[in-house]
Amino acid sequence: MKIVKIFIIVFLFTGFSYLKSDEENDELKNKILKNIRCLICQGQSVYDSESDFASSIKLIVDRKIKEGQEEELIYDFLREKYGDWIIYDPELNKNTYILWLLPLLIFLLGGAIIYKTIKKNNEK
Amino acid sequence: MKNNFNLLIIITFLIFCFVIFYKGLDNLNTYAPKIKNTKSIPIFDAKDFNSSAYLNSQKIFGEDTFYIVNIWASWCVPCRTEHPLLMELSKNQSIKIIGLNYRDNLDNAKKFINEFGNPYSQIIIDNDGTLSVELGAYGVPESFIIDKNKKILRKIIGPINKEILEEIKLIIK
Repeated sequence: MKIVKIFIIVFLFTGFSYLKSDEENDELKNKILKNIRCLICQGQSVYDSESDFASSIKLIVDRKIKEGQEEELIYDFLREKYGDWIIYDPELNKNTYILWLLPLLIFLLGGAIIYKTIKKNNEK
Repeated sequence: MKNNFNLLIIITFLIFCFVIFYKGLDNLNTYAPKIKNTKSIPIFDAKDFNSSAYLNSQKIFGEDTFYIVNIWASWCVPCRTEHPLLMELSKNQSIKIIGLNYRDNLDNAKKFINEFGNPYSQIIIDNDGTLSVELGAYGVPESFIIDKNKKILRKIIGPINKEILEEIKLIIK
């Protein structure tokens, strides 16, 4: 009887650890799918879309996660096939540096103008 | 003087915005991925349309010739318009056409081939669309011209038309 109890406890623990691993994979999968643009849809991510293209990408991402591939590797695979456009969060490279740096420059410029105006007003 | 300067800046900005949006009107609203010339065909295993046996891509593209991979489906209406052109192209000995049957019902696909003819030297099945993703496709119909070094030369999005057919003939000449 004791052996049966131990067996049940061990079984439950291993079962829960499998569930936890599935949960982690699902979280990663959803995170990746939300960051992939559905190329044939109007303003939808692959996560939100039910198109054939999106469901194929979902299968590929799921397969790659189960194979143990890391998030960046999956993005690299998709970038290689479809270009940077497929990723909502583009990486910093020679094609995207204006995209990344322009808001920062505008922010700094705006800050400088505000600072200068306040200083000028205080001097008056 | 200052007011005139501000007005000039606003007008310049508005003209700039107008030019950007006006230019944008000419752009197609569909995204076409750029194909790098150095891109090779991926290595994959695919189910044969007739025998259901699994074939390796190295075997499918084994011959020293040009290939076209044509993604098609029986439910795809534009595939019907390009099919006669594929039939015409299949008479050319310098190129082999590989059909990739995309997310289709096998019986319907067979009926399609029986009705419209078979331009393909080999047909492989892509039931879940993942093979098309490996190729970098995102819809149907779509075609890839592959050279003798097994590099993807050109990607054709949408149905093949007469102009594209002439272009293909020039490439394989």
